[in-house]
Amino acid sequence: MDPAARLGPAQIDVVAQLAVSTLLLGGIYALIAVGLTLIFGIMRVVNFAHGEFLMLGMYLAFFAFTLRGVDPYLVLIIAIPIFYLVGLFVYVLVMRGVIHASHNVQIFTTVGLSTALQNIALVMWTGDFRIIRPWESSVVLRAAGTAFNLAQVVAFAVAVALTVALMAFMKWTHTGRVMRATAQDRDAATLMGIDTDRVYRLTFAIGIACVGAAGVLVSPLYAAYPQAGLQFVTLAYVVVVLGGLGDMAGAMLGSLIVAAVEVGGSYIFGAAWKEVFYFLLFIGVLVFRPAGLLGQRGAETLGA
Amino acid sequence: MLRLEAVDAFYGDVQALFGISLEVPAGGIFALVGANAAGKTTTLRVVSGLVAPRHGRVVFDGRDLARVPAAQRVELGIVQVPEGRRLFPFMTVTENLLLGAHAVRARAERDATLRYVYRLFPVLEERAAQLAGSLSGGEQQMCAIGRALMARPRLLMLDEPTLGLAPVLVGRIFETVRTINADGVTVLLVEQNVRQALTLATHACVLESGKLVLEGAGRALLVDERLKRAYLGL
Repeated sequence: MDPAARLGPAQIDVVAQLAVSTLLLGGIYALIAVGLTLIFGIMRVVNFAHGEFLMLGMYLAFFAFTLRGVDPYLVLIIAIPIFYLVGLFVYVLVMRGVIHASHNVQIFTTVGLSTALQNIALVMWTGDFRIIRPWESSVVLRAAGTAFNLAQVVAFAVAVALTVALMAFMKWTHTGRVMRATAQDRDAATLMGIDTDRVYRLTFAIGIACVGAAGVLVSPLYAAYPQAGLQFVTLAYVVVVLGGLGDMAGAMLGSLIVAAVEVGGSYIFGAAWKEVFYFLLFIGVLVFRPAGLLGQRGAETLGA
Repeated sequence: MLRLEAVDAFYGDVQALFGISLEVPAGGIFALVGANAAGKTTTLRVVSGLVAPRHGRVVFDGRDLARVPAAQRVELGIVQVPEGRRLFPFMTVTENLLLGAHAVRARAERDATLRYVYRLFPVLEERAAQLAGSLSGGEQQMCAIGRALMARPRLLMLDEPTLGLAPVLVGRIFETVRTINADGVTVLLVEQNVRQALTLATHACVLESGKLVLEGAGRALLVDERLKRAYLGL
C-alpha cells in the first residue's frame, strides 16, 4: 500500500508537502545539472551523453544491490572514484580529439556517445525496468504536516553536500582557480604554465563523477533502463540554461525552479503534464532571458 | 640566453616570419620594434610556444625548445605578458596574481613574490579584492606584468605593454621594466613606442614584413638614418 495513503488527507498540509517535495527533487536535479554546467562552463562542450552516465550509475547501484546485497549508499563511496576514472577514460578516448573542433563536431560526438552507451546497455542488460527496494525506500518520515521518503532525504542531503563542496573547490582551491582561468582565457592560462589538456581531463572526470553519483542516489527512487538518463538529462538542460550556462549557483537555483514547476504542475494538472510545463518554462527563458537568470555576464564565463 | 635560428612561422598558409635569427643575451633589455604586422607578436608566440615554427630552431639556455610544450616553457623561466593584458576578467586581482605562480618552481616562493609584486605596484594591493576586468587600463597592465612576475621569469616577454595608455603611465611602465631588469630578469620587449623602447634597450632589432632588417645596440639604432626615416619621422 502506498505509504502516503495511510496518512489520510487531513494529516497532509498540501503547501508544505509541495514545498518539501520541490526541495528534495531540486537537490537531485542540481547534482545532475552541476556536472553538465561544469563541463560546459570550462570545456565549452555540451555533453549530450550526460544522461547515459546517470543511467550507468543507476545500473551500478542496481547490480551491486541485487547481486551482492550492497546498499546504494555504500555503492556511492566507490561510485564516485569509479565514475571519475570513467570520465578520464572517456575524455582521453573520445573528447580529447574533438575539444578544439567545431560545435557541430562536438555535438555529433557526444550524441553518438549517448546512442552507443544506450545500446550497449540495451544489449548487455536488456530493456527491462530494473527496480531496487533497499530498506531506505520504505521508511517514511513525517514532519510539520508533510511526509517523505528517507531515500529522498538522503539523496537530497548528499546531492547538496557534493554540489556545495564542488562550488567551494572551484572558488577557493588553486586547482579550482586554474580551471576557471582556463575557462576564461585558454591562451593566457597556457602562458601561465597551465597544462590545459590536464584541466579539461580533470573537468570532464569531475562532471562525470557527479552525474554517476547522482545515478546511484536516485536508484532507490527510479527504475533503471537503457534510456533512463533521458528523462533527467532533458530537464538538466533546462536547468543549465535557466541558471546561465556554466554558472553553478545558477544551476542550483534552476534546479529548484524546475522542481517547483514539476511538483506544482503535477499536483494541479497531473503528473503526465510535467514535461509540458518545464519545456514551456524553457522556451520562456530562451525568449526572454537567453543568458539565464543569473547569466547577466553572458554565457561565456564561469561565475567569478 | 635565447637564440632564434632561421625561424619561419605560418598562420595557416600565410607566412608571418621569414628566416628570423636573433640572439637575446642574458641580463639585458632586448627591444623588438617594427610596424604593425611586422611579426613582432608572432616572434614572441614562437618563443612562448603558442605558435610552432615550421622551420628553424628556438634555443633557450642551450636547449632546443622544439619538443617543450608551451605550458612547460614557463617552468624553464620563459614568461610572456600577452598583448591586451589578457587577464582573467572575472577573477580578482589576487586570484590573477596567484595563478601566475602556477609553475612548480614559482609556487614554492609564491608569498615572497607576491610581496615583491605589491611593492612594485602598490595599487594592486589596494585593488586586491576587485575583479581584474574592472581595473583601469594602466592597472590592468600592472596586474598582467605582476601576474607574469609571479611565475619567477628569467626571460620576461612584454608585448606592447604601453598600448592605449596615457603618456604618464607609459613612462611609469618603462620605469618598471627598467626596475625588473635591474632585479635580474632579462626582458624581451615588443613596442611601438620606438624612441622610448630604443632608449631603454641594451639591444634591439627591427622587423619589417616578417624579416629582420636592422639589429644593434638600442641607442645606436636610435641614430640610424634608415630607422629615423621609417619610424621616428625625422
